[in-house]
Amino acid sequence: MLNLKLKIWRQKNNIDKGRFVEYNVDNIPEEASFLEMLDILNERLVLQGEDPVTFDHDCREGICGACGLYINGHPHGKYKNTTTCQLHMRKFKNGETITIEPWRSEAFPIIKDLMVDRSALDRLIQSGGYVSVRTGGVPDANSIAVNKHDADLSMDAASCIGCGACVATCKNGSAMLFVSAKFSQLALLPQGQVETYERVQKMVARMDELGFGNCSNTYACMAECPKGISVTNIARMNRQFLAAKIAEPLKK
Amino acid sequence: MKELNSKIPAGPLSEKWTNYKAHQNLVNPANKRKLDIIVIGTGLAGASAAASFGEMGFNVKVFCIQDSPRRAHSIAAQGGINAAKNYPNDGDSVYRLFYDTIKGGDYRAREANVYRLAELSNNIIDQCVAQGVPFAREYGGLLANRSFGGAQVSRTFYARGQTGQQLLLGAYGALSKEIERGTVKMYARREMMDVVLVDGRARGVIMRNLVTGELERYAAHAVVIASGGYGRVFFLSTNAMSSNGSAEWQAYKKGAMMANPCFTQIHPTCIPVHGDYQSKLTLMSESLRNDGRIWVPKNEKVAERLRKGEIKAKDVAEEERDYYLERRYPAFGNLVPRDVASRAAKERCDAGFGVNNTGLAVYLDFKEAIGRLGQKVVEEKYGNLFEMYERIVDDNPYETPMMIYPAVHYTMGGLWVDYELQTTIPGLFAAGEANFSDHGANRLGASALMQGLSDGYFILPYTMQNYLSDQIGVPRFNPDAPEFMEAEKQIREKINRLMAINGKQTVDSIHRRLGLIMWNKVGMARNEQGLKQAIEEIKALRKEFWQDVKVPATSGGMNNELEKALRVADFLEMGELMARDALMRNESCGGHFREEFQTPDGEAMRNDAEYSFVAAYEYQGPDAEPVLYKEELKFENVEVKQRNYK
Amino acid sequence: MANNGLSSITKKLIMAVTGGALVFFLLFHASMNIVAIIKPEGYNKICEFLGANWYALIATAGLAALMVFHLIYAFVLSFQNYRARGKQRYAVVEKQEGVSWASKNMLVIGAIVLLGLGLHLFNFWANMQLPEVLHKLGIHVEEDVMALVADGSHYIVNTFSCTAYSIIYLVWLAFLWFHLAHGVASVMQSIGWNNHVWQNRIEVIGKIIAALIVVLFASVVIYYWLIG
Repeated sequence: MLNLKLKIWRQKNNIDKGRFVEYNVDNIPEEASFLEMLDILNERLVLQGEDPVTFDHDCREGICGACGLYINGHPHGKYKNTTTCQLHMRKFKNGETITIEPWRSEAFPIIKDLMVDRSALDRLIQSGGYVSVRTGGVPDANSIAVNKHDADLSMDAASCIGCGACVATCKNGSAMLFVSAKFSQLALLPQGQVETYERVQKMVARMDELGFGNCSNTYACMAECPKGISVTNIARMNRQFLAAKIAEPLKK
Repeated sequence: MKELNSKIPAGPLSEKWTNYKAHQNLVNPANKRKLDIIVIGTGLAGASAAASFGEMGFNVKVFCIQDSPRRAHSIAAQGGINAAKNYPNDGDSVYRLFYDTIKGGDYRAREANVYRLAELSNNIIDQCVAQGVPFAREYGGLLANRSFGGAQVSRTFYARGQTGQQLLLGAYGALSKEIERGTVKMYARREMMDVVLVDGRARGVIMRNLVTGELERYAAHAVVIASGGYGRVFFLSTNAMSSNGSAEWQAYKKGAMMANPCFTQIHPTCIPVHGDYQSKLTLMSESLRNDGRIWVPKNEKVAERLRKGEIKAKDVAEEERDYYLERRYPAFGNLVPRDVASRAAKERCDAGFGVNNTGLAVYLDFKEAIGRLGQKVVEEKYGNLFEMYERIVDDNPYETPMMIYPAVHYTMGGLWVDYELQTTIPGLFAAGEANFSDHGANRLGASALMQGLSDGYFILPYTMQNYLSDQIGVPRFNPDAPEFMEAEKQIREKINRLMAINGKQTVDSIHRRLGLIMWNKVGMARNEQGLKQAIEEIKALRKEFWQDVKVPATSGGMNNELEKALRVADFLEMGELMARDALMRNESCGGHFREEFQTPDGEAMRNDAEYSFVAAYEYQGPDAEPVLYKEELKFENVEVKQRNYK
Repeated sequence: MANNGLSSITKKLIMAVTGGALVFFLLFHASMNIVAIIKPEGYNKICEFLGANWYALIATAGLAALMVFHLIYAFVLSFQNYRARGKQRYAVVEKQEGVSWASKNMLVIGAIVLLGLGLHLFNFWANMQLPEVLHKLGIHVEEDVMALVADGSHYIVNTFSCTAYSIIYLVWLAFLWFHLAHGVASVMQSIGWNNHVWQNRIEVIGKIIAALIVVLFASVVIYYWLIG
């Protein structure tokens, strides 16, 4: 059993200034997950008639990308390839102080407490993160052969869960890793190549419009990404963007 | 008394869907623009339906409970998606997929629906590949397949252990495309509170904006519910935290029927429960059973020492181990269907052979596989799953066997729908896990993704047109109409009532108690006495909930506790209906196992003469018993047999 | 958002291209300097060659333009990045694994490098190319200054015999190393010459180039400091 001191960011809504509130939580089982620890805190707060701490979470198995807390200076805590929901309390020491903050970025306004609005990521995908095919009328699946190596790289990029940790940890609040992962997934497949130049330009334009910062190649995003998405995807997008701007007009 | 009309088209099984499409009514493009459709949920079924409607030119409003449509729980599906492509040339066909699904469902599904599902399975793969879903490939560049439980062919397409994620992101991409085009309007962080009926047809919904706490009214010509299943009645399940059955339940209360509510899938390979604070359970893919061997100790005393932690699994000698699945089912061994494997685990644990400090776990051992294939091969095949296990349990599965136990995973039951996926309320459709249509009493692995996408991409776009074809003259509805205002008022009253209780118990603590009743009495094994007790206990708990729950008022609109309370209020009613249905069905079939109805060696015993029907329930009021309707199941294309896996 | 009409990637590309060109200049400058150790007269020949001739002046103007663009976009990008980060900062910040200190502080390091450059221009360029240019323009320059405009060796000896200057220059070069160690690899990434095979190699190549430049420069400083 652990006794912990939690410093949690509490903020009533988007307008409220917000502040840290300290909670002492005792008797936390070591097998509990981090979010279950917060559940226990919340259950106690409810019984005391206090407002429980709001945070995003859903699948609790590391795939939906809903959860995302900045724990002791790291998005999803300091362990590699781990989402907040996969972090367990046995990784903490008895008596430890844990500081829990929301994602902080201009593009992710705080909704309440530890919950932020990440709809900007959806808007990025809407700008072109898909192959523009309609339902039906598509060729047989095996009429398109894909190099296995490319398919594997594509899948690596496609494992992005859209949690926003890359933006949250980037000192520039840049979404390049997120955008380039989606771009690369499609760029590496023949199906996606048809509109790859349009896609890269549209997605980059939307990214700038939404107020994300510029990538300065610190690679903090890759270090903190719970799915280990590589920054080589960013290089691919830079390259294709350049090609789109220079090579494509020449072809026409 | 209503008549259940499943509207199955005439003609031979393999031509029904073709005939339907040939004769259905259409809506011309100019008129589509004048018609509005509401879709609840953005999982595989909801997202694919909304995107397809948008492409066709309808005005679509789509709602999701999460902050983004990409987070719907379809994303967590691991294993794969079935299709009758027969790429491996191993003798697969549409008929065989149809047959396996009907048999896997223990002959409690509708033939025509299942056949259509098998037919459409191939279109789904084509569609997803065209969208850029990165399915696994062979070195030659063509698609790879793997085997799954309940089939003798290799027909499962997959994207590592994240197939659901990739298919959902494909559908989410299609949806995003339509949002950008402006045909679909997306509303995130909204939960459906009620369906609004105007003159007997579904014409809109009342949504609660989870951020502001406001109730919002939306009108449309038709409504699709694709909000998933209701497995969280059991509190602990592999479902996501926000998965709930409330949308279906409101539809039920408005007159849509619930079908086969007791058919619940309990998945055999989940990480066992480790404490009473636990919020959910984690599934370990079925594929592990390809190489893992399941066992418990032969001797009760050894089991007890294991439970106390005096000895470790590896200290148990080979001859002291009981590989009970291999013993009981020599033909299928560790690869028996999910319902069979789950029950066998429960049987061993109940008999006192369970391990883990709770006694509620069995071993899944890879020692033999590591010896045979080498650790490297095992790592390549299952590395990510082993890692996931280690992170949760803090035990290295390469060295000590995994501990697993069954957990609630999927609900085959759901809103009753006809061949067009329309419920008994005209204009109200249900798709994906929210309907009951295709899996009978037990769903095969890798079939849920197939069903969600076929409903959304390929069935609803046709059947919806057929419904709307005579609605083109109906003007847009006003969401301020009295029917809408009345529905909103009732919800506001319900919320106020909940907030006013100010009792002493948290929502979760009551939900947990409901879960225990369900798990113990309406879970893997059920009997008449237990079910009758469960009904009474749930009634009493419901009463207690409405007298003693504590929902704190919060500053601002967002109130997670209120959200949970509204859902649990529905679960407390749903659980009772599930128990009633289980009590009514005096047979064992698929995931529904009644202890009174088993063969001498403990296998499920169906009663085809009396129970070969879909049980559909009609709501009669808060404390009144629902009315049961029966849709007879006719099997003209398969021979109904007792399942045998020995 | 302030876009200046250019997309974020284009702006970064400008940083990469100007930065990359400056790296080439530094390589040239460093190899030229090393001549000052081997044969001071030879070094002076190069200085003479690079006096106020048209080609040298065009090159100087080009260099200045590269610097200015590099600088302007550094500030534009940093300002946007600052805004994108938001007003609220994290209370606890911990170093991310594998993220270099230089990569997160390029603006500050760059500013220090720029200060050093100012000193360097004051020590050398202001005594060499500048008076020559002024003279050609008909502005009066002292004769003793004019006599030494091509005597780079004189100024090297003069500057680095002073211990304070040598230390300042070595510190400056250390900062330059940090700037280049991240900068060179960063150029490759920004123009898209990176992939999963080359990623680590590029990092190493960047550090080698940075080290080469800095070692060449520093050896001249240390050599004249020691013999001075």
